[in-house]
Amino acid sequence: MSDGDNVLITMRDITKTFPGVVALDHARLTVRRGEIHALMGENGAGKSTIIKCLTGVYERDSGDVHMEGVEGNIFNHSTMDAQKIGIATVYQEVNLCPNLSVAENLFIGREPRTRLHTIDWKKMNRMARELMERLQIEVDVTETLENYSIAIQQMVAIARAVDMEAKVLILDEPTSSLDDKEVEKLFVMMRRLKDQGVGIIFVTHFLDQVYEVCDRITVMRNGKFVGEYTVSELPRVKLVAAMLGKEMNDLADIKGADSGKELGDLLYEGEGLSHKGTIKPFDFTIHKGEVVGLAGLLGSGRSELVRCIYGVDNSQTGSSRMEGKPLKIKAPIDSIKAGMGYLPDDRKADGCIGGLSVRENIIIALQARNGLFKRIPMAKQIEIADRYIDLLQIKTASRETLLSQLSGGNQQKVILARWLATDPKFLILDEPTRGIDIGTKTEIQKLVLQLADRGMGIVFISSEIEEMLRTCSKMLIMRDGANVGHLDAKDIELTQENVMGAIAGGETK
Amino acid sequence: MKETWSKLRKQPLFMPILMLILVLLINLFKDPGFFSIAVKNGVLYGRLIDVLNRGSEIAILAVGQTLVIAVSAGTDISVGSVMALAASGGCMVLAGYGNTSVTGIVAPIAVGVIVGLLFGLGSGCINGLMVSKLKIQPMVATLIFFTAARAIGLLLCNNQIIYIRYEPYKYLGNFLPHVPIPTPILVTILIIIIAQLVLKRTSLEMYIQSVGINNRASRICGINSDMICFICYAICGLCAGAAGMIASSRIYSADSNNIGLNYEMYSILAVALGGNSLAGGKFNMAGSIVGAYTIQAIMTTLLALGVSTDQSPVFMAILVILIVVIQSPVFKKWMEERRVRRAEAGKEAA
Repeated sequence: MSDGDNVLITMRDITKTFPGVVALDHARLTVRRGEIHALMGENGAGKSTIIKCLTGVYERDSGDVHMEGVEGNIFNHSTMDAQKIGIATVYQEVNLCPNLSVAENLFIGREPRTRLHTIDWKKMNRMARELMERLQIEVDVTETLENYSIAIQQMVAIARAVDMEAKVLILDEPTSSLDDKEVEKLFVMMRRLKDQGVGIIFVTHFLDQVYEVCDRITVMRNGKFVGEYTVSELPRVKLVAAMLGKEMNDLADIKGADSGKELGDLLYEGEGLSHKGTIKPFDFTIHKGEVVGLAGLLGSGRSELVRCIYGVDNSQTGSSRMEGKPLKIKAPIDSIKAGMGYLPDDRKADGCIGGLSVRENIIIALQARNGLFKRIPMAKQIEIADRYIDLLQIKTASRETLLSQLSGGNQQKVILARWLATDPKFLILDEPTRGIDIGTKTEIQKLVLQLADRGMGIVFISSEIEEMLRTCSKMLIMRDGANVGHLDAKDIELTQENVMGAIAGGETK
Repeated sequence: MKETWSKLRKQPLFMPILMLILVLLINLFKDPGFFSIAVKNGVLYGRLIDVLNRGSEIAILAVGQTLVIAVSAGTDISVGSVMALAASGGCMVLAGYGNTSVTGIVAPIAVGVIVGLLFGLGSGCINGLMVSKLKIQPMVATLIFFTAARAIGLLLCNNQIIYIRYEPYKYLGNFLPHVPIPTPILVTILIIIIAQLVLKRTSLEMYIQSVGINNRASRICGINSDMICFICYAICGLCAGAAGMIASSRIYSADSNNIGLNYEMYSILAVALGGNSLAGGKFNMAGSIVGAYTIQAIMTTLLALGVSTDQSPVFMAILVILIVVIQSPVFKKWMEERRVRRAEAGKEAA
């Protein structure tokens, strides 16, 4: 390495396995003094795992970690160990004490003492004030922390880390809850620290921010190291390609020749739909028999958009119509009654009702539409459950097995069955194939096309672009919470390059 | 035979029922006639009937408490106080405000009972609103009525104990004319049947479990989670109202300071003894009811053994700890391992 003198930390051949999963597979990371180093990758790429192996939250199975000024191979057993040698972490959700003052937060656990061993408040406040002045953060150090914005709180967390003589500062998605101005303030501070020689590891999903503030990028995918690049030499398209991976799997191209077929009638249209804070107002239309893909990186707002359409969190603004009839969506039940279905991306938190049986999980949305008092007769429930267990080839001991006892892929099929059972006109699928084996993936993709043929409008979200290319006739491109363009099978050939170019923020047409 | 036994052991009700039987068997040492039931003066008489009769209030409360725990993973600690409030409200209407001891009533008994039930339902609805809409922790929300309900009851009774010395008012807590079975037992059976019908004939049981297991996912499935949670608290309040009226009728009075004292603890304990998780989700109503009678059986047993009322909580605590430990997964696992070890040792010896 040419700039070997500057290297602060090297992690080599880091492997970490959890039962059944290889989270890190010979991953590596090198951070130099006075640089801002972006760590990028999609969900499950292993970003947080490698960070946690560094900070001592996890213990690695194998691999070497070396740090400038520390002898030998480093094994951190706790975050305390990591702090001692100068590795500090600031997480997305600020982990300070919001009800204490700024000064108290800065010096908690290491308060200056008087001779009587009580806390020397005067000295503590003076030291805090000096530190804040040095970092040019304008706060009253005696004020309670929670009275300041999240951005300031984050800066206080960073200041605390800096004051504890951190050589390496890890910022784990610090910007996801900040607005543009706050992000700018944070960046000013990051640059100042960089000039002081601190090495900063910056984990983020936002491409624009990486190009604004970072010097180098390490890209990870599926627990593996993909490459280390200098930001100025890496075009955005290449970065996106590296993150998403380009290897085409050996699936047959199942999309039929009828991809250019005429559009059906207008099914759903939404105008000025918005969701406080997460996404900017957008318009959305879908026709009968159309499969619309939502492309974009994680955090681009693709999931938030469909959550807004379906009304998961009830602060929807704007207007929407289903087959011309105006909709009033206050809670998911209104969407279901209007003929919508929504398969959420977070299967565990939003989809599975683990303690109920497979049968109950399949019929529950249909039952909710029927209402509390019109209970579906047991014979009918059994019939519906058996039909979908058979149709989707759900592997379960019986229909009365608890959902929590099924494997992830089969759980996903059960949730898909739940929505198919309601026979929706408009089905939203957010990552329907995540964590599912290749064979089943193809089955689901085929099913999506069949449903569209029967006139259903489907929104399809996937992190795998090939999958969307195979199923979608139109793609909306999302970036940083806004719809930045669309690609239509009629106007333009849908290819991986086109889509990735659009996601990265190049020209879409 | 061995297979049937192991199948039986896996039944969710096996442990709760076994515990109840064990507690009842303790009595045989002291009183061989414990299980005998006789007819005296045209009514059923016996220790067992006593347990069933006296356990009615706990059983009724357990019905409501089971639903509350299932839906919100929290407990309604106001039920005991709400019993007193319902009793005071009902008696106030029957006796007329300000009267402390009456031999005749100013309103039909049915009106008094309904007013008592409404006080229970009302308290339950307020609890439900606080938990489901305002998202207040169940323990904190119901703490308000836990402390306030008895005081409100006293206000309704003008700080007195109202006595209603009117024979028909005693029917609810004692015997109906020409009926040999104590009325509370009949009322409890009726309430359990109604609860079962509502739970099984509608989708309420599935909804409650679903909300208790995964509130967010249930909402996405189209279930009004807040409403389901509210309904459970309302039902729990109504049950407390019914239990309160029975307790009041037993002593033909409204003693706001003593009716339902500690019953919130008994009701929660009943749910736990029935093998239900206090973390919510899946529930087993029958288990809770068995648990309720187990608690009453312990109390009756201690009384029969001549333990003084002051000391009985100590013995009750010991018995409850034993039962809870025996039913705990840790203990079950330990027993299982012990069995395996023994089997292996047996093999080696052979």
